[in-house]
Amino acid sequence: MSIDKQDVQKIAHLARLALTEADAEQYQHSLSSVLSLVEQMQSVDTDGIEPLSNPLEMTQRLREDLVTEDNRRDDFLANAPQTEAGLFLVPKVID
Amino acid sequence: MLDQSITALAAQLRNKDISSIELTRYFLERIAKLDPQLNSYITVSEELALKQAAKADQLIQQGNTNALTGIPIAHKDLFCTQGTLTTCGSKMLHNFVPPYESTVTSRLQQAGSVMLGKTNMDEFAMGSSNENSHYGPVKNPWNLDKVPGGSSGGSAAAVAAGLAVAATGTDTGGSIRQPASFCGITGLKPTYGRVSRFGMIAYASSLDQGGPMAKSAEDCAQLMQAMAGFDDKDSTSSETANDNYLSNLNTPLTGLKIGLPKEYFGDGLDSDVANVIMNAVKEFEALGAEVKDISLPNLNLSIPSYYVIAPSEASSNLSRYDGVRFGHRCEEPKDLLDMYMRSRAEGFGQEVQKRIMVGTYALSEGYYDAYYLKAQKIRRLIKQDFTNALQEVDVIMGPVAPTTAFDLGSKTNDPVAMYLEDIYTLSVNLAGIPAMSVPAGFVQNMPVGLQIMGDYFAEAKLLNVAHQFQQNTDWHLQTPTMAKGA
Repeated sequence: MSIDKQDVQKIAHLARLALTEADAEQYQHSLSSVLSLVEQMQSVDTDGIEPLSNPLEMTQRLREDLVTEDNRRDDFLANAPQTEAGLFLVPKVID
Repeated sequence: MLDQSITALAAQLRNKDISSIELTRYFLERIAKLDPQLNSYITVSEELALKQAAKADQLIQQGNTNALTGIPIAHKDLFCTQGTLTTCGSKMLHNFVPPYESTVTSRLQQAGSVMLGKTNMDEFAMGSSNENSHYGPVKNPWNLDKVPGGSSGGSAAAVAAGLAVAATGTDTGGSIRQPASFCGITGLKPTYGRVSRFGMIAYASSLDQGGPMAKSAEDCAQLMQAMAGFDDKDSTSSETANDNYLSNLNTPLTGLKIGLPKEYFGDGLDSDVANVIMNAVKEFEALGAEVKDISLPNLNLSIPSYYVIAPSEASSNLSRYDGVRFGHRCEEPKDLLDMYMRSRAEGFGQEVQKRIMVGTYALSEGYYDAYYLKAQKIRRLIKQDFTNALQEVDVIMGPVAPTTAFDLGSKTNDPVAMYLEDIYTLSVNLAGIPAMSVPAGFVQNMPVGLQIMGDYFAEAKLLNVAHQFQQNTDWHLQTPTMAKGA
């Protein structure tokens, strides 16, 4: 299976990755070879087989809806690239 | 001190033949001398290690100890360690100092162990050779021109070269077992859910599993004793009761039924590696085990299924790296979308970007059923293969990898060739069963690991089987020449 450069740019946009033309060309080749590898699956008959998402087939545990952690805002803001007044700063979203 | 087990070192510490500070300094000096050749550590936490060692010495003075008190170990740089840089081998997290501690490192710390530092790894645990780290490749201590295996290659190289007594690793598709095999150490990937994933930086959440890497099965059992067990902070943690991993080690192997899957010995397996594995199996027969030929017919489907499921989960897990709350942010973004796209393109390496894109593609509209759902159905077939086989035999044995460690750079331009290296390990993660790599011999002076797989929560049995083998062989006691020079 092969994909073209336009497909690569579309996937990259969905994945929020900025690719240069040269990057897109390189990934076109490597993505095509991985997608060809996974194509082998299509020859297997899986009708009537239930998909398996968790190997132990566990269901999610629930807990009481209670606050269990302390508010450590300053600790969590310490790793942020830009903060102000206890908030994360990002480029302007609304004009 | 290089060839001493955790049990032996613990006895020396308890008898005050040596202090934890002395032991810790010994390893810090070895790291300073040998690691410039190996690059097995990203961060050496000398100050913290000496502080923890001093605390361990106090506990020893008070007679308040267990087997890990004062033992210097290393952690894969994927376990969040509060106050210590945790990069996951990525430029994206080059400045990330976690505000919390992973359950695994926290439990090992509570057991009194000393953290020497954080070990190098393939970026976000994606790789089979440790060539995908932002901090440069790790070298194999048995031959510096060869890879140590990935993604826990830093942990494996550090233990093999005597730069830590033991280490933690994680295994999503073979990342504990394959580097353990390539570096000649013992590594255990526990059952999915046996060891908490809280505070482990996620790659593929339904496959990731932390585990011990050490010189011997007995040392792995010592680490498991501290790190395994239910954790209410991890919603996928199993509530199945823990075994005692040490008390079972001396059970004789008489009557043990070993299954040899024919698919593990077919085309692609190096004939010298096959000979080493068959000699190891003969050793087990001499110990009273019985061998039976079995089949895991869907083995070949594990590669395509894994390379859909793992990238799909990765594309979701890695969406959190957006330059807002932590990690790398690009310079002067012109708007929010530009910030997301450039921060991620600059912060992630090529292998990570490629897997994110494969996952995005597999999960995108119109492709979900043909890729992701199909892969999940094949995953059930693979699990069923193991379940069927393990009704007939106690353990399954085979090689960990088709070859010994390959040359640095030899497979970097052919991703599919690199992915095929994982053929014997991936299916174990898809099924979620436990498996080990145990040193079983050498081919042209490079170590070969025997893989031992077992039923869900059979870690104690695997450790017993491996320990009995190690009581009768000395492959696990071999030391690379470069490690003897310090």
